[in-house]
Amino acid sequence: MTLKSEDHIFNPDFLQQLDKITAKYEQKRAALLPVLHLVQEKEDLISPESEKNIAQYLGIPVVHVHEVVSFYHLFHQTKKGQCHFSVCQTTTCALLGGEDVIEHIQKRLGIKPGETTTDGKFSLSVVECLGACEIAPVMQQNKDYVGCLTKEKINELIEKTK
Amino acid sequence: MEKIITRHFGQENSHRLENYLKDKGYEAARKALTQMTPAQIIEEIKKSYLRGLGGAGFATGMKWGFIPKNNPKPKYLVVNGDEGEPGTFKDKYIFEQDPHALLEGIIITCYAIGSHKAYVYIRGEYLKSIQILQGAIDEAYKNEFLGKGIMGTSCDCDVVIHPGAGAYICGEETALLESLEGKKGFPRLKPPFPAVVGLFGCPTVINNVETLACVAPIILNGSEWFFKLGYANQGGNRIFCVSGHVNKPGIYELPAGITLREIIYEHAGGIPHGRKLKAVIPGGISAPVLTADEIDVKMDFDSLKSIGSMAGSGGIIVMDDTTDMVWAAMIAARFFAHESCGQCSPCREGSGWVYNNLKRIYHEIGRPHDLANLPGIVSNIGGNTICAFGDAVTMSVGSYVSKFRSEFENKIKERVCQI
Repeated sequence: MTLKSEDHIFNPDFLQQLDKITAKYEQKRAALLPVLHLVQEKEDLISPESEKNIAQYLGIPVVHVHEVVSFYHLFHQTKKGQCHFSVCQTTTCALLGGEDVIEHIQKRLGIKPGETTTDGKFSLSVVECLGACEIAPVMQQNKDYVGCLTKEKINELIEKTK
Repeated sequence: MEKIITRHFGQENSHRLENYLKDKGYEAARKALTQMTPAQIIEEIKKSYLRGLGGAGFATGMKWGFIPKNNPKPKYLVVNGDEGEPGTFKDKYIFEQDPHALLEGIIITCYAIGSHKAYVYIRGEYLKSIQILQGAIDEAYKNEFLGKGIMGTSCDCDVVIHPGAGAYICGEETALLESLEGKKGFPRLKPPFPAVVGLFGCPTVINNVETLACVAPIILNGSEWFFKLGYANQGGNRIFCVSGHVNKPGIYELPAGITLREIIYEHAGGIPHGRKLKAVIPGGISAPVLTADEIDVKMDFDSLKSIGSMAGSGGIIVMDDTTDMVWAAMIAARFFAHESCGQCSPCREGSGWVYNNLKRIYHEIGRPHDLANLPGIVSNIGGNTICAFGDAVTMSVGSYVSKFRSEFENKIKERVCQI
C-alpha cells in the first residue's frame, strides 16, 4: 500500500476499517459500495481525491469508482446542508399531499431541489419511493425517516434545526 | 386467520434471538440439517407452491432446483432486500420485527442449494433494518446458528449484509448482482441465468426476503399445510402493503386467495371522507392499474395475471375519485424516467419521452398527436430491453391511457379550446 497517511482520511486506522469490510467479500472490488458509504460518512461527500485513494486501495481504475459514485444517488460529490431533506415524490406520497410539502419547503427555505441554503444549514432533494408509504407523505431528514408530513410539521422541524 | 410471516410482529423485543427461540425458533433449521437431504428440502418447497414474493412469483423450489449439482464452483444465496417498488414496504418489517425468521430461512436455503455463504442486499436508506439485522446476525454467530459447524452439524453458513445506495434498478436480480460486485447496477443479458452464472461467475439463487421468511414454517409444518393456506398455484399467505387513499394504511398478512375488495374495505378500513374508489395499483407501480369495477379479483399471481395486471410485490396503492388519472400516469412516468438505468436506448429515451408527453397533456399544452403518439412510444419500450423494467413502463403507463382514455382526451380538448 503506497497511500500516504496524511492523505485525507486514509490513515492506517481507517485502512484497517476498510480491510475489515473487504475481508467479507470474495473479491476486494466487490466492497466498493460499503467502502464508499464509510468514506462519505467521514467526509460528508466523496471527493475526487478519495475516489483516487479508493481506486488504489481496491486495485481498480479511478473511472470505475467515479462511474459508481455518479450512478447511485445516495453518493454525492458536493456537501449537503447540515440538515438535508430527501422528500419522496412518488405515487402514494403525491396522492397524500407530497407535492404541497415539497413546494412548502422550497418556499420556506428559498431553495429548489438540489440546492443548499447560503448559510449551509439546509438542503433539499426530491427522491423516488423511500419504502415507507404507510406514513406518507414521507421524507428522510438526514438519515431519519419522518412521516405524515404537513406544513406545520415542516415548520417545526425547520425551527428546531435553526 | 393464521399468521405465518408476521406471527411475531409487535411482540416486545421480537427481533431478539431470545424471543425467537421461545416459539420453536431454529427448530426447522435443526430438522432440515439433521434429518433431511437437500433434495428432500427442495421437493418439500416445490410441493408447498411457495412463489417468489419479490414480484415475479416464480416457483421457489424450482428455482433452487436449477442450481447445477456437479459444478465445482462455490454457490451463493443472495437475498433481495432492495425494496424499492413504489407502494412496497413489507421487507422492512421482516428485517426489523423478525430478522431471525429470515436468517433461519437463509440457513435452510443455503443447505438445500449447497451454499455456505449468503449476501443480504438491503437498500441503503433502510439503516435501521441494516442495524437490526446485523444485531441478529451477531446473536446467531454467538449461539452457533451461523458460522462453522452450525448447531453441531458439519454445515457452514456465513451471512454478510451489503448496503445498496439508492438505485431502484438494483432490485432487478442481475443488476443486484452487478451492484454486489461493486459495479453500477446494469442488468445482465440472460442467458446465462444466475443459477448457472451468478455472483462472481458462480451458481447463485436470488430470493426475496419475504419468500425466505416462509421457508422455516414450511419445513416445520409441512408443505401440505402451507399449500392449503393459499389459492390455486400459490401456497401460503403474503404480506400486502396498503397505502394511498385508505383509512388504515399498513401491512396485512392475508391468504393469496383474498380479493382486492376485501383488503381495501374489510382490512384497510375503506376510503376516507366518504369518497368513492376510482383506481387501484394492485402490486407496486409496475403493475397495470385496475378500475373500481375490477376489485373483485383474487390477489394471487395467476388471477391478477388473467385480468391483465400483476400481483407483483404486494404493494397496493388506492386512489379515490378525486384523483386525476392523467396526473397519476405522469407521476408513474416520472418515476420510470428517473429510475431507468440508461443501459438500453428504448427505455432510457422512451421513458423520458413518455414523461414529457404526459407532462404536456397534464398541463394542458398537449397537442392532439401527443395522445395519438403515446401508445406507440409506450409499446416500443417493452420487449426491446435487457430487463423487465421496459415492460413495466409499457404495462403501467399503457394501462392508465387505455382504461381512463376520456380523461386524457379531455385534457387535449381543454387545450384546443384555450386556443
